[in-house]
Amino acid sequence: MAERTIEVSVGRNPEMGVDGFPAASPMRPFDVPEPRLDTEEMLINIGPQHPATHGVLRLICELDGETVMSVTPDIGYLHSSFEKLGEYRTWNQIVPLTDRMDYLAPLIYNCAYVMAVEKLMGIEVTERCKVVRVICMELDRIFGHLLWLGTTAIDVGAFTPFLYAFQQRERIYTLHEALTGARITTSATRVGGMMADLPEGWVNELLDFLNTFPDTLHEIDSLLTRNQIHIGRTQGVGAIGAADAINYGLTGPNLRAAGVDYDVRKDRPYYDYETYDFDVPIGEHGDCYDRYLCRMEEMRQSVQILHQAIARLPGGPINVQDPNISLPSKTECMSDMESMIHHFKLITDGIPAPEGDCYMAIEGSKGELGMYVVAEEGSTKPVRWRIRPPSFVNLSTIAKLAEGHLVSDLIMINASLDIVLGEIDR
Amino acid sequence: MTERPLSGLDAVERGPLPSDPSAPAAPAPVEGQSDHPSVAALASRFGPAVQGHRLMAGDQTVVWIAPEKSLEILTWLKDDPAQQYDMMSDVTGVDYGSGRPIEVVYQMFSTVHKRALRLRCRLPLEALEIDSVAGLWHSANWLEREVYDLFGVTFKGHPDLRRILMPFDYAEGHPLRKDFPLRGRFSRAEQTRRALAQDVERFYGSQELAHGGPPQQVPARTEPEAEG
Repeated sequence: MAERTIEVSVGRNPEMGVDGFPAASPMRPFDVPEPRLDTEEMLINIGPQHPATHGVLRLICELDGETVMSVTPDIGYLHSSFEKLGEYRTWNQIVPLTDRMDYLAPLIYNCAYVMAVEKLMGIEVTERCKVVRVICMELDRIFGHLLWLGTTAIDVGAFTPFLYAFQQRERIYTLHEALTGARITTSATRVGGMMADLPEGWVNELLDFLNTFPDTLHEIDSLLTRNQIHIGRTQGVGAIGAADAINYGLTGPNLRAAGVDYDVRKDRPYYDYETYDFDVPIGEHGDCYDRYLCRMEEMRQSVQILHQAIARLPGGPINVQDPNISLPSKTECMSDMESMIHHFKLITDGIPAPEGDCYMAIEGSKGELGMYVVAEEGSTKPVRWRIRPPSFVNLSTIAKLAEGHLVSDLIMINASLDIVLGEIDR
Repeated sequence: MTERPLSGLDAVERGPLPSDPSAPAAPAPVEGQSDHPSVAALASRFGPAVQGHRLMAGDQTVVWIAPEKSLEILTWLKDDPAQQYDMMSDVTGVDYGSGRPIEVVYQMFSTVHKRALRLRCRLPLEALEIDSVAGLWHSANWLEREVYDLFGVTFKGHPDLRRILMPFDYAEGHPLRKDFPLRGRFSRAEQTRRALAQDVERFYGSQELAHGGPPQQVPARTEPEAEG
């Protein structure tokens, strides 16, 4: 594994004063003596139908005045039993289920699932497919982070970044549509390759996006990073230490914001990520502000990775040239007897898997996304298909993060974890 | 009179099918050496409690352990300086069906040594019990609740073992078991009847309602004193 260099500092801005406020700002917080009120503990229910919970999440809060004493998340409102459904479907039929889990970064889920199946079956995909999948995953990392950025900014009262972020997301939607025919439910991957190769001119459209997107990101950055209201709402809110963050199972930007140097792309590399030149931003305070900085930097790094991936995009076939894995083309199917038989066998039976299990962890936009597939000898359907959901484990920390904070901070902490309920409830 | 056909509730009350010794075994450990440093250390320290190991999917090491010793083994794997599996990525279950044991699977990763290890624990259907590791890794808390919810495995010593994805009063059993039909154990009519009979208040359990104490009295409003 290549030695890691972290060159990007996402620490505090040097122009900030020691109290965490811009040194030159005329606005200063002033202390108001807290009025003495007789308060009683109170049980407040937030959600499940509430815009600030980012999905059908229900939080049962025990409050003392405005201070959160304890939070009990209640999940399961969106439970669709995807894992059970998967046991009734062949390997390729499961792909459409995967992008319905994290509809904010669907291509990452498509890729992660087929990577686990390919590893279980010992299929080595083509070089072109690897690079195309890296492009898909990094593009959707930006896609997922942009939604997080826009909605989180709204939660602390900043409306403009939401519009900027969604304008850029719209461009990625268009790229999705050109690549897969769908804007959200992409279902772009197949075992052994992709549904289709990149359409003509798609790379140029992607380059056009990559060349203009950093300017918008910079604009959003200038609206939030040194914004006193944003800093006041995020710095020191929902902080967690490095050892606790690991023990609580936090992954992704949430873990790295706490100062833990763990990125699946670097520590358990897949698809030649060790040969791409990119940095992993590490925070130090583990609070909402560091999570914000980590995600902002990750988007910039993803742009770098995308540029490198486009530069090295090799030619050649995108699917594995094995008639027992990849479907033949329509022309072959209609003119060649053997291709038609392969087509028939693949559609009716599916691809047989060897006995065993496989856990494939990749760096999703929300954290370590694990796909665990279990098969018996020759089974064309999984015995068990399990998703290690990053949001699910991240959300389980909210009780610890929010304890002692105000209710309004609870909303910010919930937003900063970047959850998606489709994947938590599955 | 014909015998009454089995209803969905009977299937719940009958419980899981007993283990079937004639069913072919699930993937078994193989003999031989392993390159993974934890495997030899585990075997030499715990002896027969480590039931074997196998290399899966090219480079993933799986170790089968005895459920009685699982807490001891996992504590050692977390605390021993040569192991230090400080991250419990995933806890899940696997049901192979036809009466074979349900397996509990632990995916661990050491951020210190950059090493992954998978442990599997076979639980016969008559004794679906294993020690909870939520005290060692907080991340296991919700993951074990999910296994309890969907497979019916009881985690002894878990601080808060409740259903998590299914409703707390779900009466049809544990959905990810192989003997659970895809559309549920109850008929559509029964499911509809139960859905319509729900009480809105039931979403607050009695425990939750006790949190806030008795209903609060709004104090009489007093006029602020005029400042002079």
